[in-house]
Amino acid sequence: MTATPLLRVEDLHVSFSLRREGDWPWTPLRRLHAVNGVTFDLAEGEVLGIVGESGCGKSTLARALIQMVPATGRAIWEGKTDLLSLNRHAMLKYRADIQMVFQDPLASLNPRMTVGEIIAEPLRTHHPELDTSEVKLRVKELMDRVGLLPNQINRYPHEFSGGQCQRIGIARALVVGPKLVICDEPVSALDVSIQAQVINLLMELQRDLKLTLIFIAHDLSVVKHISNRVMVLYLGQMMEMAAGRELYGNSQHPYTQALLSAVPIPDPVREREKVVIPLTGDLPSPFSPPSGCVFRTRCARAQGICAEKVPVPLPGDHLVACHFPGPAVV
Amino acid sequence: MVIDSTRMKSLADRLAVDEVKGRSLWADARKRFLKNKAAVGGLIVLLLVLVFAAFGGTIAQYSNEELDFSIMGQIAEKGGPSLANGHYFGTDDLGRDLFARTVQGTQISLAVGIVGSAIAVLVGTFYGAFAGYVGGRTDNIMMRTVDILMSIPYMFVLILLLVVFGRSIIMLFVGIGLISWLDMSRIVRGQTLSLKHKEFIEAAEATGVSRLIIIRRHIVPNLLGVVAVYATLLVPLMILTESFISFLGLGVQEPLTSWGALISEGSGTLNYGTYWQLAFPLFFFVITLFAFFFVGDGLRDALDPKDR
Ligand SMILES: Nc1ncnc2c1ncn2[C@@H]1O[C@H](COP(=O)(O)OP(=O)(O)O)[C@@H](O)[C@H]1O
Ligand code: SF4
Ligand SMILES: [Mg+2]
Repeated sequence: MTATPLLRVEDLHVSFSLRREGDWPWTPLRRLHAVNGVTFDLAEGEVLGIVGESGCGKSTLARALIQMVPATGRAIWEGKTDLLSLNRHAMLKYRADIQMVFQDPLASLNPRMTVGEIIAEPLRTHHPELDTSEVKLRVKELMDRVGLLPNQINRYPHEFSGGQCQRIGIARALVVGPKLVICDEPVSALDVSIQAQVINLLMELQRDLKLTLIFIAHDLSVVKHISNRVMVLYLGQMMEMAAGRELYGNSQHPYTQALLSAVPIPDPVREREKVVIPLTGDLPSPFSPPSGCVFRTRCARAQGICAEKVPVPLPGDHLVACHFPGPAVV
Repeated sequence: MVIDSTRMKSLADRLAVDEVKGRSLWADARKRFLKNKAAVGGLIVLLLVLVFAAFGGTIAQYSNEELDFSIMGQIAEKGGPSLANGHYFGTDDLGRDLFARTVQGTQISLAVGIVGSAIAVLVGTFYGAFAGYVGGRTDNIMMRTVDILMSIPYMFVLILLLVVFGRSIIMLFVGIGLISWLDMSRIVRGQTLSLKHKEFIEAAEATGVSRLIIIRRHIVPNLLGVVAVYATLLVPLMILTESFISFLGLGVQEPLTSWGALISEGSGTLNYGTYWQLAFPLFFFVITLFAFFFVGDGLRDALDPKDR
């Protein structure tokens, strides 16, 4: 790959300074490292899946890219601009290029606005020159595109089902013709039967509109079909990243293997024979992550060195942050 | 690119289908409100009182300041309510027509209540929404200011204002306006804080909608339910405040009057047997307060988010 990536994220860190409930005003703030040195490239037209348990920093990573939380590191857009260095005003231009789809379909729509007004909002923000009828036509086109009836334009969010609300959210993200769409667990709140419909819609739109997607999920099975590459996060750090097929067929990191073993296999025979690698213990507190490899407290393969040295992935297409990478052993 | 004409045609057809009308949350709330008998009753009473205040003057036979010399001196015997001599509600102690004076008092009392409440809505809503949405130090400074203002015994200040600057209706409005928005701004700020973390606000921020537009387009419309309820309940409180001040004799100045002033006069002369001087103003005062409380309650039930 020699072409300039659409987005190159280098050493992204996000931390929050928090005061515990009941702390005195003079107790020092505690730092929570939500995202800790994440680096990746995103080629144009690529779909990157980001997977990890809830609370591991997936949403924070996504929000850092569009300056919704303060972050350090670099996020180079089209090989030129560092998004993280832009001020509020300069960032505005890029907000049209990067759009988001949110987790809770109903909560992400203003209950007092009609569907038409909701979908039109990014358009009105970035193209104030358009007149009402042009906006309306564009909104109706998009409603049709995402599988909503355009004549429902004057209805309110509470008159739609969860899946339809998510379609509204997708239409809103696409109305300004973005290059990158970040989907933050877009199907986690939906029924399983509806999940597939929404994922298929996103795949279709991605192909037709040549979109670049970041698709976040807390479950490897959800991102399997849609992603070209998958990144596995744990406590704000990348554990493994590889092309989809490689990651699902030849995972090298014990954490990925544990996640994979939790994914149900549709074939009952293979499901019964499958080796389940349980994740023992609790997720460590993000305030005091383990030294060395953050996964070591739950890793069956952990050795002395794991507590001392942070594993650094070798460069390549299949990145593994582990001192003892290898196929799953039981 | 070759345009797929059949697809374009069917798209055009779908776009042309008549738009379905949406059912907004307001429409839902209206339906629930209209089902509430006490609230609708209260609303009707309020409308009647408004009509009385607006058009009562046209059927009054006397103005609110002229003295009826034929009755003066024999108020207890001749000054009672009577259709024959045109004093529908009787006369006051000086022989002035009580009907005209009640109409006038109703106008002043309602105006005080509504203006006080309107100031609370305008100032309190934007102040509270701004503080809550912007947060951080701005919020701290703004809300501490409200705390300080609230800790001042406002009745005392209001009385001082009226004593120092003289009794005038303007002073009364200024005094009531100064205090009425404080509670409202606190309530609105609390609501804004809980709205602020909703995903639709985040969605607007992510797209780059400016702060003021977010407040106007996303925050304020979602606050209006609470604001409407609180404003309705605030009107009777303002009327009570004004009445209390007038009762102390510091309110509006003669020949203007208000419910409080009329009730004060009426109760003062009660032992002369002129019961009507108390009864009529008190009746309007009481039914209006009740009506406002019923309507406020009905609004609260109708707008209650747990039914959504
Ligand atoms: N605005 C914030 N302030 C403080 N802590 C936060 C904030 N946002 C997220 N966090 C913390 O950062 C960590 C990662 O959160 P998040 O990115 O939402 O996880 P995920 O999306 O993977 O479930 C969590 O421990 C969460 O409590
Ligand atoms: S570095 Fe050590 S502790 Fe971490 S995943 Fe690899 S083997 Fe386990
Ligand atoms: Mg999340």
